[in-house]
Amino acid sequence: MRKRSTFLLTAMIMGYAFLYIPIFSLVAYSFNESRLVTVWSGFSTKWYAALLENDALLDAAWLSIKVAAINASCAIVLGTLAALALVKLKGKRGTRSLGVMVTAPLVMPEVITGLSLLLLFVAMETMLGWPAGRGQTTIILAHVTFSMAYVTVIVQSRLANMDQSLEEAAMDLGAKPLKVFFAITLPIISPALIAGWLLAFTLSMDDLVVANFVSGPGATTLPMVVYSSVRLGVSPQINALATIMISVVAIAVLIGGIITWRQEKRNTQRH
Amino acid sequence: MITIRQLPQLLRKESRSLIIAVPWLWLALFFILPFLYILKISLAEPQLAQPPYTDLIQTDGEGLVTVLLNFANYMLIWEDSLYLDAFVGSLKVAGVSTILCLLVGYPMAYGIARAPVHMRLPLLMLIILPFWTSFLIRVYAWMGILKSNGLLNNMLMWLGVIDEPLDILYTPIAIYIGVVYSYLPFLILPLYATLVKLDNTLLEAAADLGCRPFKQFLTITLPQSVPGILAGGMLVFIPVMGEFVIPDLLGGPDSLMIGKLLWTEFFNNKDWPLASSLAAVLLVALIIPFMLMRHFERKSEEGQA
Repeated sequence: MRKRSTFLLTAMIMGYAFLYIPIFSLVAYSFNESRLVTVWSGFSTKWYAALLENDALLDAAWLSIKVAAINASCAIVLGTLAALALVKLKGKRGTRSLGVMVTAPLVMPEVITGLSLLLLFVAMETMLGWPAGRGQTTIILAHVTFSMAYVTVIVQSRLANMDQSLEEAAMDLGAKPLKVFFAITLPIISPALIAGWLLAFTLSMDDLVVANFVSGPGATTLPMVVYSSVRLGVSPQINALATIMISVVAIAVLIGGIITWRQEKRNTQRH
Repeated sequence: MITIRQLPQLLRKESRSLIIAVPWLWLALFFILPFLYILKISLAEPQLAQPPYTDLIQTDGEGLVTVLLNFANYMLIWEDSLYLDAFVGSLKVAGVSTILCLLVGYPMAYGIARAPVHMRLPLLMLIILPFWTSFLIRVYAWMGILKSNGLLNNMLMWLGVIDEPLDILYTPIAIYIGVVYSYLPFLILPLYATLVKLDNTLLEAAADLGCRPFKQFLTITLPQSVPGILAGGMLVFIPVMGEFVIPDLLGGPDSLMIGKLLWTEFFNNKDWPLASSLAAVLLVALIIPFMLMRHFERKSEEGQA
């Protein structure tokens, strides 16, 4: 028994080190004075200052944040509807095919999603005149399509694991389905909704491949700027950007984690 | 006739079908329909125009409608070894990295599932956390580590393990490292979900009967976790088959993968029909792994119920 747990412990420590060393190295070298990212020559925050003066990058960041927020808000509605359909209306017509259609975007290679959506948008423009040209709108439509699949998975598991008796009690007392949904179901699944919104936001902020296919000349998102800079080699400014993004995510996840952990602790104490 | 008393019931029924219909129609329009366009454009010919492909259906002045189907792209993919090699290259990278992910991820998932209950959530959070930071930036981090004067080489030289920097960046090894790093959480999470549900009584019974831990693992735990292994494995295998960013940034110019080739045909050569044919072939190739994934996902869900 002892031997196995030593093996497991080593494997886990090495696994976590593998996951985190790249991230820490990114952060560390963002404070490096030298342009040669890997040679340490002293502490400096000059790359952060340079970042603030990089207008192309800031514009792209603003566009990405806008797209990501709109995307997350649409994806949460569509994803929740799909999750409700898959859990509460299981077996009804169309739910089986919906289940397949909602799983496929999770694993679909991005090049296929991107190319196929571009071809659809081109055809739609010729036939319907909408979406006129490609840019922000087409990126949002594309992002909602794959983000809603992730939202569905998160909300679906929360819905499937929630206690049904509260809803049933409210129904027995004569509450209308819509009222039950807003007064009982929605508050219970709200952590999943928040997690789903944040994940959809992150997925959109992160997407290079699909956006590159469906975007037009006017719309350059943050990953596109990062990609063209990174292709030319390692650059300390990108390290600074990465550090900012990592800090935001780490703080958000930490807060979320503490909240869920406390809730879970309270729940286990109650039972 | 609908009486007023039936109206609420009818409305309820309507709203029910609306709950299914809205996401269904969205996905049918933006996910399924685009595939038909891929098929259509893959049968067109490239031309210098906007959009850069010919129409399949052409009408001449006298009302004669001709449908032109051009199978040359598929012939080219079949005959030119470049495309076949790219498919084989993708298959190799996806297959090997799925196995590597399993080798790294299985002990971690197992360790988390065996950890004390209050430790499991924080440990899982630590697995998910890197996934929340930009994928592009995580791949970029490896460029800084693996390059010839990067962190890894500096460290190995400082330790005296090597005298000259190793060429890792822009080689297949760098691709494997990048893929395993980026896709590890996709494998650990479903595997953990399977492992944490396993019935401990079997293990205890085996231990009472004098079965050694390693044998317990091989004969009890491993077979029971097969659905999780396959579901998680496909979650890695399928997207890696079409991966573009990792081979482009970490692999050398000669790294041949189908996603990268499709990208080049589309963006550099502006050959939309050929890119569409490659996408169509990749899509068909991925149907079987996808069905496998669905099957084993459902199987592990049933195990839960």
